[in-house]
Amino acid sequence: MNIRQRIRHSQSSPIKDQALESRRFTERAAVAFALVAVALMLLAARYVYLQVLSHEEFATRSTNNRVRVVPVPPNRGLIYDRRGRPIAENRPAYRLEVVPEKAGELGPLLERLGAIIALPEDVQERFERNRPRYRVFDSVPLKFNLSEAEVARFAVDRHRFDGVDVVPYLARHYPQGELLTHVLGYVGRLDVDDLGRVDEGNYRGTTHIGKTGIERYYESALHGSSGLEKVETNSQGRTLQVLERSSPVHGDDLVLSIDLEVQRAAWDALGERAGAVVAIDPNDGAVLAMVSKPAYDPNLFVHGISTADYRAILSARGRPLFNRTLLGGYEPGSTLKPFVGLAGLELGVISDGDEVFSGGEFYLPNVSRPYRDWKRGGHGSVNIYEALEQSVNTFFYQLALDLGIDRMHDYLAMFGFGAPTGIDLLGENAGVLPSRAWKRGQFGQPWYPGETVIAGIGQGFNVTTPVQLANALVVLANGGTRFEPRLLYAVKHPGNTRADRIESPVAQQVPVADPAHWDTIREGMRRVVHGRKGTARAIRPDDGTEIAGKSGTAQVVAQDRDEDMDEDTAEHLRHHALFIAYAPFERPSIVVATVVEHGGGGSAEAAPVTRAVLDAWLYQERLP
Amino acid sequence: MRRWLPGWLHWPQLDVPLLAGLLLLMGCGLLVLYSASGADADVVNRQAVRLAVGLAAMLVLSQVPPHILKIWTPWLFTLGLALLLATWFVGTGRATNRWLDLGLVRFQPSEIMKLAVPMMVAWYLHPRRLPPDLITVLIATFILVIPAVLIARQPDLGTALLVGVSGFFALFLAGLRWRLMFALAGLAVALLPALWYAMHDYQRQRVLTFLDPESDPLGTGWNIIQSKIAVGSGGLFGKGWLHGTQSRLEFIPERHTDFILAVLSEEFGLAGVLVLFAIYLFITGRGLYIASNARSTYARLLAGSLSLTFFVYVLVNAGMVSGLLPVVGVPLPLISYGGTSIVTLLAGFGILMSIHGHRTFIR
Repeated sequence: MNIRQRIRHSQSSPIKDQALESRRFTERAAVAFALVAVALMLLAARYVYLQVLSHEEFATRSTNNRVRVVPVPPNRGLIYDRRGRPIAENRPAYRLEVVPEKAGELGPLLERLGAIIALPEDVQERFERNRPRYRVFDSVPLKFNLSEAEVARFAVDRHRFDGVDVVPYLARHYPQGELLTHVLGYVGRLDVDDLGRVDEGNYRGTTHIGKTGIERYYESALHGSSGLEKVETNSQGRTLQVLERSSPVHGDDLVLSIDLEVQRAAWDALGERAGAVVAIDPNDGAVLAMVSKPAYDPNLFVHGISTADYRAILSARGRPLFNRTLLGGYEPGSTLKPFVGLAGLELGVISDGDEVFSGGEFYLPNVSRPYRDWKRGGHGSVNIYEALEQSVNTFFYQLALDLGIDRMHDYLAMFGFGAPTGIDLLGENAGVLPSRAWKRGQFGQPWYPGETVIAGIGQGFNVTTPVQLANALVVLANGGTRFEPRLLYAVKHPGNTRADRIESPVAQQVPVADPAHWDTIREGMRRVVHGRKGTARAIRPDDGTEIAGKSGTAQVVAQDRDEDMDEDTAEHLRHHALFIAYAPFERPSIVVATVVEHGGGGSAEAAPVTRAVLDAWLYQERLP
Repeated sequence: MRRWLPGWLHWPQLDVPLLAGLLLLMGCGLLVLYSASGADADVVNRQAVRLAVGLAAMLVLSQVPPHILKIWTPWLFTLGLALLLATWFVGTGRATNRWLDLGLVRFQPSEIMKLAVPMMVAWYLHPRRLPPDLITVLIATFILVIPAVLIARQPDLGTALLVGVSGFFALFLAGLRWRLMFALAGLAVALLPALWYAMHDYQRQRVLTFLDPESDPLGTGWNIIQSKIAVGSGGLFGKGWLHGTQSRLEFIPERHTDFILAVLSEEFGLAGVLVLFAIYLFITGRGLYIASNARSTYARLLAGSLSLTFFVYVLVNAGMVSGLLPVVGVPLPLISYGGTSIVTLLAGFGILMSIHGHRTFIR
């Protein structure tokens, strides 16, 4: 049949064979039912595949879906001064967090959030940089230490911010502010850059890490170990219940050997001047005070310092970020004389009664340049006692020449000059203790005798840090033991009731040829304060306490004695004033090294500061 | 009673096995719905009310003899078509034009078409000589394609599919020649690329996601992945009623509507799935049996088409939930929460009941 015939056929034959149609329908229905059955079997096979053959895989994924392992960050250890006063504590605070997977696009979100909460300028940049740290559905902190007003404003508008939450946490706080900045350092927001130095797994829930100072040096002890919580969450990531928990081990509490009273005495005594004070207990190498001025408020850094604040600190006078106690390299000047003198005695170059004539000027053979005494016309004939008491340069010029630079170097090295003291802070300056080898290595030049002469009075190449100077005096005060000074005094592990004392390790035991030599130097230093002509007799206590000290002047620019400093000398050209001292004389319990930058003469400027520090400690000591 | 009432309005002659199967299904559905809604009795109550309305519709339709339905058929189809066109202009609904707001009632005209299209195709075919020749097939195809295209443009791919398929089943049962059928199938495949261009972006996205769900596990792939996890983690016997973590913790999307089978699979395992399949198979089989026993061509084609379409719901939904088919909005019949489809489905079963009940009264 062609198409036309078919059309006619279908239209013109209304008579249908009902029985045939019914039979044909039943056939088709049977085929359809068979197809239905086959389709169902295929479906069933699919469900068998999912529910039986792949059951384990999906069961695991179902568990992973709902069970999240949430890190529980440990509480950071607290820090106390040696008398148990808190100097770094944790305060409850609120931070703003976002779960990026739930919050949608960040840019518009931050814009809307910014309308109710002042966000840091670099919030988006920080977010992108630190994003790799966080896993899917982890929350990423946006801002720390929200104000109460901000928390309240957010609470009102919370429904507008999916995936954003305000979370309580413990924020680091330094109640003493800038007083202890250069000791404690500070914690700052944990950055991807910081993860290189810690175990990342242990820091998953941690937001802050020690960036400088004690906070950095003892980071691992202060941090503790992170705990874990297995929680059941719904698809929105909201925690429904805690299934399992392993508690974090909180950080150790640290007790520093710093005495707040001594620290404050040094701080106050320096006043507005830039400078540094380091006080150490000569009996155990424990650091009692460590002040570098100017300083800054470490609390600014904890929550992310604003650009304006940071710029203000950077541009402030006297470089507040610079820790002078560790990094400040100063010419020791006359404060080196006791050690040079001891070298002469112990090495047998001079003996107790030997006298040297000081005529005001000292000449090397065949050299026309004079090496001067500070006193016009000189001090006359002086022995070692008088040489120390009056700080007679000529005596030490001659002694240095007799010792020779290398012997002097080797002996002074035992007192820790020219090397880091090993104190428990990072980034210490080694200073310079010159020798022939050092100069050849440094400049490729030979050593000249004139350099030996001025090295005898701590000038020339000599560079020391305040902590080095104090630590060297510790050796002299205690009769030969050089410690690695320690700020950490004791550690209290969580759960323990008592703190364990931390001893300063002994760096070196300086050999003593004759204890009398040491007494000689000490007596000379006692006369600096108590002698009739002592350069620091102005600070002699009235109550009978005896102090051994030595003043020094670090040259900022080479100056002739003739153009002695006066009021007119521009401040930044004035010399640095140095003073080292220990007390009480008979049974020393404190050693202090003080630098007052551009302070001029050591006795006039640095000695009174030192005296204030000694007083604070000795007064404390007498307390029950 | 029979004497005072018109002949066709005697007391319901309901098919007991079919009714039993449906009631069993509804019972299971309410049970699963209770769990899927997070033990929300309100949701279950509302669904029960809907089921009751649907059953009432079924009861009413079961009393309308097929020859009356046959008379109404062209008018119903025309009305449905008109309403579909109306939605084109005044439809309401979230981003789609599916709904028509008639003051008190909002409903989807496409639901009418689920019944009207197979009725119309059966109506068109019944006086003709079967198996249908080419022209008849083309005209019948035209009848089913027009509403399907209109519905697809709403856009509601799932319903369009169901509507088109229901018309096709009528043709198939009418004895459509295999050669023609393959030709049509070939044509359909050839038109697939055209369909791709006609699709909305979200529909294309669904297809792409179906092909590779892991490409966007938090976005569009989420549904498929979470559904498969729910099904797979159910295992042989499931996690127990009300103990499905995937559903209770809201990982399964649309868990009380389109994805309710995932909840059932998770809580009752393969055993529950197979029991459900068995009930569906029974209902489909019973429907085809009723169709085979019908005395008129119109009734046969209509009954057979409705039964097979009912099964297509199951096939598409179960395929979607298990990740075999792309996500299209087809509910699991009589189990998924939702109004119109339940009423339409039960109305369809009302027609089946009527065909069964009137098999001996047909001219």
